[in-house]
Amino acid sequence: MFESCADPKSIEGLSWLLCYLTTGKHLDFYWSFVTVLTLLAITAPVALAFGFAGAMAARSHFLPLSLIGKGYTAMVRGVPDIVFFLFFVIALDQGIEWLNHQVQCPDWTEPIRKGLEFRVCPEAKVPLNSAPQSVHKAYGFALAVVTFALVFGAFAANVLYGAMLAVPRAQLETAEAYGMSHRQVFRRILVPQMWVYALPGLSNLWMILIKATPLLFLLGVQDVVYWARELGGAKTSAYEYPHPDWRLWYFLFLLVFYLAFTKLSEKVLNRVSARLSKGQATAAGEALRKAGA
Amino acid sequence: MKKLMLATALMALTAGAGLAQTVRMGTEGAYPPYNFINDKGEVDGFERELGDTLCAKAGLTCEWVTTDWDSIIPNLQSGNYDTIIAGMSITEERDKVIDFTQNYIPPAASSYLALTADAKIGEGAVIAAQVGTIQAGYIAESGATLLEFATPDETVAAVKNGEADAVFADKDYLAPIAAESGGALVLLAEEVQLGGGVGMGLRESDTELKEKFNAAIQSMKDDGSLNAMIKKWFGDEAAVF
Repeated sequence: MFESCADPKSIEGLSWLLCYLTTGKHLDFYWSFVTVLTLLAITAPVALAFGFAGAMAARSHFLPLSLIGKGYTAMVRGVPDIVFFLFFVIALDQGIEWLNHQVQCPDWTEPIRKGLEFRVCPEAKVPLNSAPQSVHKAYGFALAVVTFALVFGAFAANVLYGAMLAVPRAQLETAEAYGMSHRQVFRRILVPQMWVYALPGLSNLWMILIKATPLLFLLGVQDVVYWARELGGAKTSAYEYPHPDWRLWYFLFLLVFYLAFTKLSEKVLNRVSARLSKGQATAAGEALRKAGA
Repeated sequence: MKKLMLATALMALTAGAGLAQTVRMGTEGAYPPYNFINDKGEVDGFERELGDTLCAKAGLTCEWVTTDWDSIIPNLQSGNYDTIIAGMSITEERDKVIDFTQNYIPPAASSYLALTADAKIGEGAVIAAQVGTIQAGYIAESGATLLEFATPDETVAAVKNGEADAVFADKDYLAPIAAESGGALVLLAEEVQLGGGVGMGLRESDTELKEKFNAAIQSMKDDGSLNAMIKKWFGDEAAVF
């Protein structure tokens, strides 16, 4: 990065460290933090949407829909994350390629599955073999987002389902007495009031989601843990910056990052909780009212 | 509008399909000097140079991909890349599930690295090896206790912190580590010949690609450039063809 770093063997001390910390590989490491944060920023709302849809389906009066909603939460919640992450992503990836294969190469005669091999025609590969590496990475990242959202959406669905049931029945009855339709009650009374009941569960999920990001590595996305391990490992002079085993320092850095991030999240969530409790017929809402008076 | 967008997306996906064949080369990137990720964040090492040369000879465009050693064969089979070029020894067991080109490194010695030259190996000793390697298979059958790790680097770390009595791996990987440890780590005298050399792994159905690489490797063997490359990366004492 800097000109003085051209010959790392000849520099020492602080300037060596500065050069070391700005190698291309370290920049990849720093980028991986952005990757993780982006994943969180995209996954959280998508998972919430999945959860909302799941909860709405589960409490539907239409039996098949309710079965779908309940089945979704039961399935995903019952399967260990790691199994889901290993199995589902491969299935999704191959499913997409299989569908694409049917569209693109209808007269392909060779079998797609042959022993352990999975082989679609070259035009049906997603992304194409000739696509630049960045496209492959983006595709892998998208698969990761979908998988995370699906898993955490199932948990969110259960939390939201519980929260919807927790809204006092009297509130809904009053709304009905005013002549509101089912939909209006749901939109105007139930949803605005349920968040305060859902928040503790959702904040738990958010914390778990933050800590689950190292699972990204399982999905082939090079995340912070991958780079910490790769950079921290002992390096011989095959590398420009040889050093002994420094994994401890890299993992300490990750520890600080995750602690700081969860702490910040806690603060934000506490604020949101206070805001949602305003005017609610709950103990927290009552406490707010007394403090204000 | 939706249809239009779909059509554009499909066009973007299919465009370029007619261009020269792109081969994705899968490697581990954690096994210097065979393959490693250099300080610029690129794949480097003997196999990078060899792979690029082979691709140039065979007229292929090559793209490098790194992956976990553990899942390197399943990922090849499911088509995430087209070749494995990761210091993988040719063994009967692997040959049952994938195909190999002819070897590009002759059968070479595996050896032990330990804290002292008289460290115990064999019966009763704890030996570290990377999971899924021929060395791990050898230790499992030797009567010693096998301690497996996901990356080569972790196997060496296990010896340094006393978790294992010795680490068993390719000598070419361990030798530079011993040489640069300042006497803290030593190579034991005992050496074992394992496997049929290192070759490139391909899907069994990819016979055409295999022939292309076989021909390219053969031409490098014939003109001596392969031997020169081996000596450049593994030192003058390395086994050559």
